[in-house]
Amino acid sequence: MTGDAPGRDAAVTAAVADAHRREWAFVLAATARVTRDFDLAEECVQDAYVAALDAWSRGGIPRNPGAWLTTTARRRALDALRRDRTLRSKLPLLIEPGPPPAAGEPAGPDSGTGPGGGNDAGWPAEDDVIPDDRLRLVFTCCHPALAREAQVALTLRLVCGLTTGEIARAFLVSEPTMAARVTRAKKKISAARIAYRVPAAAELPERLDAVLTVVHLLYTTGHTAPDGDNLVRADLVDRAIGLARMIRALMPDEREARGLLALLLLTDARRDTRADAGGRLLLLEDQDRSRWDRGAIDEGTALVAGALRGGSPGRFALQAAIAALHAEAPSYGQTDWPQLLQLYGELLRAWSSPVVALNRAVVRAMVDGPQPALAEIAELELDGRLAGYRYLPAAKADLLRRLGRNAEAARAYQAALELTGNAAEREFLSRRITEVSAG
Amino acid sequence: MAQYVILIYENEDAYVDASPEVLQTAMEAHGRFAGQVGEHGGKLLGGNALQPITTATSIRGDVVTDGPFAETKEALGGYYLIEAPDLDHALEIGKLCPAPYGGVEVRPVWDTSGG
Repeated sequence: MTGDAPGRDAAVTAAVADAHRREWAFVLAATARVTRDFDLAEECVQDAYVAALDAWSRGGIPRNPGAWLTTTARRRALDALRRDRTLRSKLPLLIEPGPPPAAGEPAGPDSGTGPGGGNDAGWPAEDDVIPDDRLRLVFTCCHPALAREAQVALTLRLVCGLTTGEIARAFLVSEPTMAARVTRAKKKISAARIAYRVPAAAELPERLDAVLTVVHLLYTTGHTAPDGDNLVRADLVDRAIGLARMIRALMPDEREARGLLALLLLTDARRDTRADAGGRLLLLEDQDRSRWDRGAIDEGTALVAGALRGGSPGRFALQAAIAALHAEAPSYGQTDWPQLLQLYGELLRAWSSPVVALNRAVVRAMVDGPQPALAEIAELELDGRLAGYRYLPAAKADLLRRLGRNAEAARAYQAALELTGNAAEREFLSRRITEVSAG
Repeated sequence: MAQYVILIYENEDAYVDASPEVLQTAMEAHGRFAGQVGEHGGKLLGGNALQPITTATSIRGDVVTDGPFAETKEALGGYYLIEAPDLDHALEIGKLCPAPYGGVEVRPVWDTSGG
């Protein structure tokens, strides 16, 4: 947030920062409905947060900060619209759908995590009927007519309220590049008239998959930063889990939304054990399971159960079920490998991906031994879709090492090393090369 | 409502050597498409099939050359001008547009009327 004025109450600053993290999407989505223009909406919401610092210092922190911010931002928007009526008539505006889509639109404004509910004394009644537009915002940011990298950038900018500079740093591109990406995407939304709405029931599964894929991509980018010195970029990881929570709360009946949240929680439960004190990468088999986050595992496991029920499960639910099996195993050796192999088979049928096939091969090695797994990996190498994917030579190297074929293992580790820029991973692979070369 | 152009890019060879039956099928498909636009919330404003790129002449500055502007495997072979409430509707209509030997590109028309 903006700089502190001397004497400003630390509690107020913290409350504004907290409201920025929790309520940004709600406030922006509600304001965009008034402005029908993301740039103006962002400006008004920014202003509202700045105004909150002063107003809350004088009059106290409101019981419902989200409602306060929304009212303030929308009032500013209406003022700006009155002032600039002529200028605005030239702008391409966000398209509100005429008749609401028959299905898929969430029923009411109160969906669990938003500030829509709660009737704070002293607030005009209209505050309580501001509809929760966060889903519209998310689906618009992740519209398939936008390139994936634009979807990711817009989601972080508009839904999470990150600055362009922060997004640029997270994705290791320059700030002007990221600014151009965001501007281009916003321009396409208005010029091509991408409607500001939740898709109708018929297209919902595909569109929801795009949204969940963006959130998952944010998580994996944060979880294993492709370059740089920190294995985990905690801010991206937290944002991704926050988004997954929000989508699950807004769409409680969507099993894949539940599956994604479960997957992220179960994976993240291991966050603190993925590297040792010196920052060196630790494999699943070497991690200290007593330090896994039990709370996250319990929450994730409970979610998995619901995501798997009722018809054939989707890919996020299946991935979550796999993560749950790992999380519940008392030790690496006591993992239920046959059950895992079966889940990977189901996952491969639901989502035909060479990465899933690679993972299944690794699990197969635990059930049937390294030899048949190596044969599957050889097929994947011929297939070619995983060319340049560092975990393929790494997995192959590990199997070769277990078979005692050290010279071949060293070559495969070397191939993996050449494909990663992540410092912790490089250190791990170099260590393995030394081991197999010595043995 | 806004206007969109559906640009049809196809491999021309498929039509150059096509049998009368294949051409007839294509004509019928386009006839059906014209009827479907309205059913999907849009309006057909116009459209044309183009002669093959061997008939094209390009002009850059003062230089006139034989052939299309860019040589690609799939060439612009025709277009429709439609009206649709938003991009989702336009894409839905675009998906119905026959282009068995290629695909289509949906582009919003730049509204220069100043309103």
